[in-house]
Amino acid sequence: MKQMQCPLNGWRNIQEFAHGGEVLDEPDPNRCTDLEWAEYIFIEDNKAGLVKEWWCHVATAYWFIAERDTAKDEIVRTYDPNELFKERRDYTRPEAPEEKR
Amino acid sequence: MPFGLIKYGLSSSYPGKRFLSAQPELKSSYDVVIIGGGGHGLATAYHLARYHGIRNVAVFEKGYIGGGNTGRNTAIIRSNYLTPEGVAFYEESVSLYRQLSNELDYNILYSERGHFTLAHTDSAMRTSRWRAEVNKHLGVDSELVYREDLSRLIPQLNLSEDVRYPVLGALYHPPGAIARHDAVAWGYAGRAAELGVEIHQGTTVTGIEITDGRVTGVETDRGTVACGKAVQAVAGMSSEVARLAGIKLPIRTIPLQACVSQPMKPLLDPIIVSGSLHVYISQSDRGEFVMGGSTDPYPRYQTTSSLDFIEGLMSHVLELLPHLSEVQILRQWAGMTDMTPDFAPIMGETPVDNYFIDAGWGTWGFKATPVCGKRMAELLATGSVPPLIAPFRLSRFEDFSLVGEKGAASVGH
Repeated sequence: MKQMQCPLNGWRNIQEFAHGGEVLDEPDPNRCTDLEWAEYIFIEDNKAGLVKEWWCHVATAYWFIAERDTAKDEIVRTYDPNELFKERRDYTRPEAPEEKR
Repeated sequence: MPFGLIKYGLSSSYPGKRFLSAQPELKSSYDVVIIGGGGHGLATAYHLARYHGIRNVAVFEKGYIGGGNTGRNTAIIRSNYLTPEGVAFYEESVSLYRQLSNELDYNILYSERGHFTLAHTDSAMRTSRWRAEVNKHLGVDSELVYREDLSRLIPQLNLSEDVRYPVLGALYHPPGAIARHDAVAWGYAGRAAELGVEIHQGTTVTGIEITDGRVTGVETDRGTVACGKAVQAVAGMSSEVARLAGIKLPIRTIPLQACVSQPMKPLLDPIIVSGSLHVYISQSDRGEFVMGGSTDPYPRYQTTSSLDFIEGLMSHVLELLPHLSEVQILRQWAGMTDMTPDFAPIMGETPVDNYFIDAGWGTWGFKATPVCGKRMAELLATGSVPPLIAPFRLSRFEDFSLVGEKGAASVGH
C-alpha cells in the first residue's frame, strides 16, 4: 500500500487522502474577465513531472499541499498551506454600481 | 491443390505479404502530419486517403501502432449516452463499426452482445430512464428493464437482495458490442498504407513549428518535416504534446486499470456494467473475462497497475457474479486517460491555425474510433467543422458551453 506523509497526522495509507487539483493563483473574481475565470476553473497544467497540488486527509478534513512527481509517482514533499498563504483573502463583494442592479 | 500447399510451405522466400511496407525515410514535407498512431490517428489517415484524396500524409507514432490506449481499453462499443450531442455522435460510430470489417477487408471480430448498465439506487434508475428516453428520441435502441426482466435476460447475474448494493434494474442497450481492438488499428493502418499514407513507428514528436500563429512543421527525433496541417491524436499525452504548440488543455491524465481472467467456456453473453459499483465485465471471444473498474484516485503519467485495484474491483465483481470466485486473474494493465471536466471529448480547431486536436478521450475513446477518423478527416480536408463534432470544440470551456456526459460514464466519478 502506498503511503503519504500528512503534515498533521503523519504517514497514512494513500486511500485516506483525496486529490484536490493543482495549486493555482486565483484571479480576483470581481475584476478578472470571464476568460481568465474560465481558465482558472478548467485549464490544467497537467505536467508529466513535478507538480504542486492540494490534497486532503479525508478523515480529519485537513487540507495541505503536496509536491509530487507524476511521471515517477513519487511524493517529494508535503506541507501546511501556511507556507504559501500568509494572509486571509478578502472575498467581500464590492458595491455594485446603482444602474446595474 | 495439395502440391500448391506443399510448394507454399517449402518456399524459401515466404510468399506472405508484409502487412505494412518497410518504413521509409522521412520526406521533407507532408500535406498532413498526424501525431499519434493509435486507432484515432490511423482512422483519420485512412479517411483522408480514401475519401478525400489526401495521400501525402505521415503518421508519427512514438511506440508501435495501437500500442497505447487503443490496445488497453476493454473494447466496449455503445451509443446509449446521456446528452443529445453525445448520442448522435456515438450512434454514427456504432453504424460505422457494424460494417467496418467489410470496409477494411479485415476482421475486427465485431460481436453484438447487448449492454446492461445496472442501477442500484433510485437516482441511478432515474438517470437510466432519462438516458433511455433521450436514446429512443434519437432512434437508439435502449430501454429501462427491471429485476424480473434481468432474471430472464442475464440468468448468471446475482439478483439477491442480501448484498450491499442490490440490483434494482438496468438500462438495456441491445446493440452494445465488443470488438478486437488491435484489429481496428491494424485494419486502418494496413488500408491507409496501401493508399500511400506513411506510417512512421518509433518516431517521437519533439516540437511543433509555428510561424505567425500557423503551424508550419513538426520536429521529430528523426528530423524535421514541413506540413500544411497537423493533428494530434495522443490521448494520455495530450497535455504534453499540446504544450509543444503552446496550447493548454482542460485535461487531467489519470490511469485507468483493467484485467482479464483465465479463459473459460462461453458463460456470459451480454456486457454488464455498473456505474455505481464502477465495474464493467464481458467475456471475450477467447473466453477471457475482461474486467475494468474506476479510474485511479489521482493523476499520474504511468501505466503501472496495482493490487489495490484488483482487490477493490473483485469485491464488486463477485457481488454481481459470485460463481467467478475460483477463476484466476491472468493479467492486468493500465492506460493513461485524458479526463475532461464534463466527461466529453475535445475535437476540432485550436488557437493555432491549421493545428487540430483530438483529445479528451477519457474512458470513451475506443468506441468513437471510426466516427472520429471520419469527421476529423472531413475537418482537415474541408476546413469547416462538421456539425456532429462542433459541440466538442476546445473553446466550449471559454464560454461555459459544456457537454455534461458524466451520467453516462461508468467510471471516473
